[in-house]
Amino acid sequence: MSKGLSIIVCIKQVPETTEVEIDPETGRLRREEVAAVVNPLDEYAIEEGLRLKERHGGVVKVLTMGPPMAEAALRDAAALGCDELWLATDRVFAGADTLATSYTLALCIGEMGPYDLVICGMKTTDGDTGQVGPELAEHLGIPHICYVNKVLDVSDGAIRLTRMLDDGVETLLAPLPVLITVTKEINQPRLATLRGRLSARKADIRQLTSDDLGGSPGEFGLDGSATRVIKVFTPAPPGGGEVVEGSSDELVERILEKLIECKVI
Amino acid sequence: MDEDRPIQVSKEACIRCGLCAPACPFACITLVDGFPVISEDCSLCHACVEACPEGAIAIREALGEVDLSEYRGVLVFAEHREGRVHPVAYELLGKGRELADELKEPLYAVIVGSGVGRWAEELVARGADRVFVYDNPAVATFRDDPYAALLEDLAREVKPSIFLIGATAIGRSLGPRVAARLETGLTADCTGLEVDPETRLLVQTRPAFGGNIMATIICPDRRPQMSTVRYKVMPEAERDPTRRGEIVERPADLERLPDRVKVLDFQPAEDEVSIVDADIVVSGGKGLGDPDGFKLIAELARALGGAVGASRPTVDEGWIEYRHQVGLSGRTVRPKLYMACGISGSVQHQAGMRTSDVIIAINSDREAPIFGIASLGAVGDLYEVIPRLIEKIKERRKVG
Repeated sequence: MSKGLSIIVCIKQVPETTEVEIDPETGRLRREEVAAVVNPLDEYAIEEGLRLKERHGGVVKVLTMGPPMAEAALRDAAALGCDELWLATDRVFAGADTLATSYTLALCIGEMGPYDLVICGMKTTDGDTGQVGPELAEHLGIPHICYVNKVLDVSDGAIRLTRMLDDGVETLLAPLPVLITVTKEINQPRLATLRGRLSARKADIRQLTSDDLGGSPGEFGLDGSATRVIKVFTPAPPGGGEVVEGSSDELVERILEKLIECKVI
Repeated sequence: MDEDRPIQVSKEACIRCGLCAPACPFACITLVDGFPVISEDCSLCHACVEACPEGAIAIREALGEVDLSEYRGVLVFAEHREGRVHPVAYELLGKGRELADELKEPLYAVIVGSGVGRWAEELVARGADRVFVYDNPAVATFRDDPYAALLEDLAREVKPSIFLIGATAIGRSLGPRVAARLETGLTADCTGLEVDPETRLLVQTRPAFGGNIMATIICPDRRPQMSTVRYKVMPEAERDPTRRGEIVERPADLERLPDRVKVLDFQPAEDEVSIVDADIVVSGGKGLGDPDGFKLIAELARALGGAVGASRPTVDEGWIEYRHQVGLSGRTVRPKLYMACGISGSVQHQAGMRTSDVIIAINSDREAPIFGIASLGAVGDLYEVIPRLIEKIKERRKVG
């Protein structure tokens, strides 16, 4: 692997939710609080791409699909050290479900040159599906591995890594190219340097529209989506709480009563 | 607004009431003289469509592509792991039976693995009319490639209208792969499934945005309608050993099975019960003050026979391993009892536990958001409350 690794990291811009407040009357996010950020779980994907590049040489290309303002997410990735920024943006991409999104991303990757590895976050904090990674791998015709928590090594055209399942941890060996989705356990993302931020402002952004991708218009965006959201609502808050204050003994007694009431002791 | 955009507001129907703008969870709507202007960031979530009293906002529907009448029946993937059927399969069979009865269509189950034939009768007893068995040492261990190929073949041949998969780590990796191969829709992590009596479509409900929003989703014109379904939300199917069903042995055509990823090793988790499976989860947060606090949490969990959970900040601080993390960027749990100790209860944490049957919170801050969702909130010092609580639980166990 003398030329190093060609790594593609897929990211998404999502509404910031860490500090967001729920309006007690409408039950919705307070709109004035909503800022757009890189999906927090994608930061681990970017970091792993950068670490693999540092270890093996090569290039990290970042891809996102979204409205023109998603450019900001790409610049954040550039500030961390990613080399190429690719923005898939077109009105016909809007309203895509995971099937149409992964189809579009696969066509984009076709325009981005040869690659060894595609890295995605485990899921996004808005849609929360975790489906785009595996669906993208299928469209690309490459294997995928979800929930990777450690990359052990990359050599002889294969990657050895561990991944989390519900009942334990598997060690796997996959040939390149492969797509992986990573958990937040895999690394500790770096912070952007001032110098990185400054150079990111001037970084070149390569735009891809549906005209660049070929493909049939009916397969992008809402028209290419298999699913339809027909209703959105705020869930009823769970069982309205009793809150007790008092001495520790009183608190212990009340908790005990509750434990007995729900038959756990 | 461009006519080719999928979301349209009728200038004639709009009464400039402004209700749509605050309804948008993504803050995409600005009002210009009371008329909504929807930004490019619109994800077509339908919140504004719902909010509009005049029906002035419309989202375009897709055109039909597939002959839907060919598709009948509900297919359930019975995940098999380390010699047992994952209990989520029995939950899917319970819900699947309900859906199939409503549609007056059959309920199918499929199981893949080595030595799994012996489970077929059990799947029948749990409600399946027909069980497809891929029993072969070559597919003993789960791998996405060959499992996806087998399920794709089966779905193309059997043509189920609905295909349900448990939203386990395996299901959430395998499901999208199969859905992409079938070029159909997959709704992730559903917590509610029903049939619309008029359209006969599967109506799927799932949490999004960390559980702050619930979305209802359909797959109108592709088949099968696929869902991954959250574990421990639906009741298990009752076991009826007298039920009769058909068992179909399927050959696993190994020659053409793709098999690119090799499993080199598997280390089972050390905990007796993972937080996802546990009926009782006792979680600790930053209110513990230091990493040693988790010793107390573990002791309480042991006394109650539960598993140990944690909030994100404690994991980020390195107090406890990531696999214990409950919340949006960790695991989602739905135990019978969730005890939150020294956890303030951020939106992200709530996303991972708010559907627990009973929530007990101990926190010294009366204003902590966790009290807003706790069935019982105790305002106090956890280091005073928990040791006494453990003592009392142990006393009670001795007496009992």
